[in-house]
Amino acid sequence: MISPGLAIPLALWVPLLGCLAIWLLDKSPNLREAATLITGVILFALTVTIFMAVSEGHRPGFQVLEVIDGLPIAFQAEPLGALFAVIASGLWLVNSVYSIGYMRSNNEQHQTRFYMSFAVAISAAIGVAFAANLFTLFIFYEVLTLSTFPLVTHKGDEKARRGGRIYLGVLMATSIGLLLPAIVWTYVIAGTTDFMPGGLLAQHVDAAGPLVGILLGLYAFGIGKAALMPAHPWLPNAMVAPTPVSAFLHAVAVVKAGVFAILKIVIYIFGIESLHDTGASVPFMWIAAGSILLASAIAMNQDNLKARLAYSTVSQLSYITLGAMLATSMGVMGGAMQIAAHALGKMTLFMCAGAIYVAHHKTLISEMRGLGRVMPFTFGAFFLGAMSIVGLPPMAGSWPKFFLMLGAADAGQLAIIVVLIISSILNVVYLLSIPVQAFYMNPADGDVKPQGAGGAFIDWGALKEAPILCIAPPMFTAAGVIALFFFIDPLYRFLLPLIGGG
Amino acid sequence: MNLAEQLPVLPVIIPLVAAPITLLLPQGRAPHLWATLISWLTFAASIALVRMVNDTGLISYHLGDWAPPLGIEYRIDLANALVLALVSGIASVVFAFAYRSVRVEVDPRQSTFFYCAMLICLTGLMGVTITGDAFNVFVFLEISSLSTYALIAMGANRDRRALTSSFNYLVMGTIGATFFVIGIGLLYQATGTLNMADLHDRLAGQSNRMVEAGFAFIVVGIGLKLAMFPLHLWLPNAYTYAPSAVSAFIAATATKVAVYVLIRFFYSVFGFDFAFVGHAFTYVLLPLGLAGMFIASLVALFQDDVKRMLAYSSVAQIGYMLLGLSFATVEGLTASLVHVLNHALMKGALFMAVACVVFRTGSHSLQAFAGLAKRMPVTTWAFILSGLSLIGVPLTVGFISKWYLLTAAFAAGHGYAAFLIVASSLIALVYIGRVAEMMLLREPPSEGPYAIPLKEAPLSMLIPMWVLVAANVYFGVRTDLTGDLATRAAEALMLAAGGAP
Repeated sequence: MISPGLAIPLALWVPLLGCLAIWLLDKSPNLREAATLITGVILFALTVTIFMAVSEGHRPGFQVLEVIDGLPIAFQAEPLGALFAVIASGLWLVNSVYSIGYMRSNNEQHQTRFYMSFAVAISAAIGVAFAANLFTLFIFYEVLTLSTFPLVTHKGDEKARRGGRIYLGVLMATSIGLLLPAIVWTYVIAGTTDFMPGGLLAQHVDAAGPLVGILLGLYAFGIGKAALMPAHPWLPNAMVAPTPVSAFLHAVAVVKAGVFAILKIVIYIFGIESLHDTGASVPFMWIAAGSILLASAIAMNQDNLKARLAYSTVSQLSYITLGAMLATSMGVMGGAMQIAAHALGKMTLFMCAGAIYVAHHKTLISEMRGLGRVMPFTFGAFFLGAMSIVGLPPMAGSWPKFFLMLGAADAGQLAIIVVLIISSILNVVYLLSIPVQAFYMNPADGDVKPQGAGGAFIDWGALKEAPILCIAPPMFTAAGVIALFFFIDPLYRFLLPLIGGG
Repeated sequence: MNLAEQLPVLPVIIPLVAAPITLLLPQGRAPHLWATLISWLTFAASIALVRMVNDTGLISYHLGDWAPPLGIEYRIDLANALVLALVSGIASVVFAFAYRSVRVEVDPRQSTFFYCAMLICLTGLMGVTITGDAFNVFVFLEISSLSTYALIAMGANRDRRALTSSFNYLVMGTIGATFFVIGIGLLYQATGTLNMADLHDRLAGQSNRMVEAGFAFIVVGIGLKLAMFPLHLWLPNAYTYAPSAVSAFIAATATKVAVYVLIRFFYSVFGFDFAFVGHAFTYVLLPLGLAGMFIASLVALFQDDVKRMLAYSSVAQIGYMLLGLSFATVEGLTASLVHVLNHALMKGALFMAVACVVFRTGSHSLQAFAGLAKRMPVTTWAFILSGLSLIGVPLTVGFISKWYLLTAAFAAGHGYAAFLIVASSLIALVYIGRVAEMMLLREPPSEGPYAIPLKEAPLSMLIPMWVLVAANVYFGVRTDLTGDLATRAAEALMLAAGGAP
């Protein structure tokens, strides 16, 4: 058994070694994919090790070197980070299986570069998860942005270039333009950027004074990956990437790194109580609430499935920001649970979208009517995922909503409860309608014949599904959505230290 | 007489004596090897000097054993020891790099003169940095400038516009030098001395028109040399049409030395007793630094010539250094010094990468960079990494510079300046991004003047370039050599200047 202290550096290095192996095995695709999967398994084992240690109350960590006084590159595991690392590494493994099916069925180019970038990105996500201070978090945040750029521009055509430009432009502009000054400002006030239980700035309230609200705003919009409106345009534009990229990076690793950072900053830099007392987070709570509704409204008008899912993600990410900005224990708890629940749910939806594209080359929702009858497994999984996003029991997604409403009640913000209810109704309309139409309505043109590369698909009579590697992963995560509903109590107890309990 | 005692003079004497010897060498490889060897020796001497200053503190060396203030004094503290190491370090990398690049870009009959002029330029820059005598600064400044005019003109072999650029620089540079020497003259009239330390003592309490005029002449004169916006007009053409190796060398050193001279005059000659210094910070350096950061960056955005783009970027980066200075705090001065060092590393690497592209494609227009990642991946990645450093991405020196600058801005109560600094870095993101996109996402042209076969630049160019790129990363995570020494240098300078104004 590897000690948890050693597991963190290993979790950072293993994907990079995997990246090297993928590069060396460029010529033999099977071995190359084996390298990805083996790396994934080892990484998952490592993060689970850390997760177990954290659940027993340990806080393993280590310091690499001190770059400037009070500014070391250092790592430390705590519940939120351990949770994010387990989700990211676990879903990376699932997604790698899915990628193999998707990329091969679509005969995509540059697959080696694709898997290499993925490996670097996951290493960066792990770095974000275990960062012990803002400086380290910022480093890996930027690595994550840069390493996913080749994935977004994978197709290399004009549309991909445009998407890539917006992706990099928004993420770099917000992070360098707002997040970096915010971190430096924090450093000037506190002399360090370490994450501290109870809040680093809570000890320097006098120095920060009335500017706390401005500082919080710099963080909220500076972390562009959290896609709080109006810092969201990069996310819909990132949808030019192949679907596995959208499924994993733009539903799990990249966006969750953003909201994870927001939660972490609220808990460990500002301190929930201190924020609650100053009321500095209230304006941002309303911005998040507005972002939830507005993004849902935009999502309703999207006929492209991936675009609709992207706007749904913008909306769902704001739940987490909202939970943080409520500045109550239950709000934070709801936000933390939403990280896990939304990751499973949204990834299922994206993988289903990819499966539909592989099997039938359809991207528009209006063309998917009646498709459920030939792809029952895909749309079944989609249905479960969508239910979870809406927040219906017995799906994992119902818990975060429950805790967020509790948090809103604690904060005395009853209007927020109304926002949450409206949002769930909107979700029903624009997400559940897709499988319902697919199952119950007749095809628009009566033509649902597979058009992709022939022979790669399951074709049993009326059943025309995507290859097994493309439908097994979404079904697996859909099952996970149900399972998580019943295992929420251990998760709750695991996360208790975040809000000072446990 | 032992060597250690004479060490302070070596960084100037070695290249000075070696330069004319270059002319006696046969054409071909020999002048290049000789110049490279000399630059390495100079670098070694500078490193030894840094260690010595670090151990024993201020060194005062009396040239020819004539005691100051009458004799010329070499006065070395941490600030100029660092700049000496920087200039000679860049020289030792660029000289090693130059051979193949110079062979295609400079008339072969001139190559001996080329290396001779490079060594003279190095001598001049080292001399400016090391000396403790105000008039001596002028002499060495002219030595370096005159050789630079010649070096830029040698670009005429490839593009005749180098001649007008060089002439332009000659006119502007001479005006700058004249202003500078007039300023020195006025100070001499007021005090009767040329030694900097002595000037500082005798200027204390003096605040008459003559000294003020002298101050103004000196600031404008050096402002021209360091391309302080809006006195930068000579720079873009000079950097663009000079031979690539020359661009890399002077972009990384010449303006940095001028910034150092400005710091030296502000802090060690005038000091904060002299009210004009405070005014110059608030009303000249701060607004001009900010304006340069933005206007030059915006101009860089619209350049279709990568070298010219980098040249405008240099003007913008000088804005950062002036901004740091203008805060008039230890943190601000540290940030300026650190950025002087760091910017040299990134610009040197960027210009070397462009030199590699010029070597293969014969052009530094943006079009020549299309699809470069497929043909010259090693060069492409060197450019991208140094470009990221210019933007200020973490784990590169650019980030360290930004960090020091932002901390200084917040600590000095200039919070708005912090946001202007990052806003201007975002413009850098766009102009570097344009080139990066060209290299990574375009297909290489299959016909036309840039359709060249897949071929990387030769190793003799790649290795020195990557040494600088590696330095960009190394000093991006280890700041005990740059940041810590710069902090101590800044503290010492601040103490000598008599605290904050």
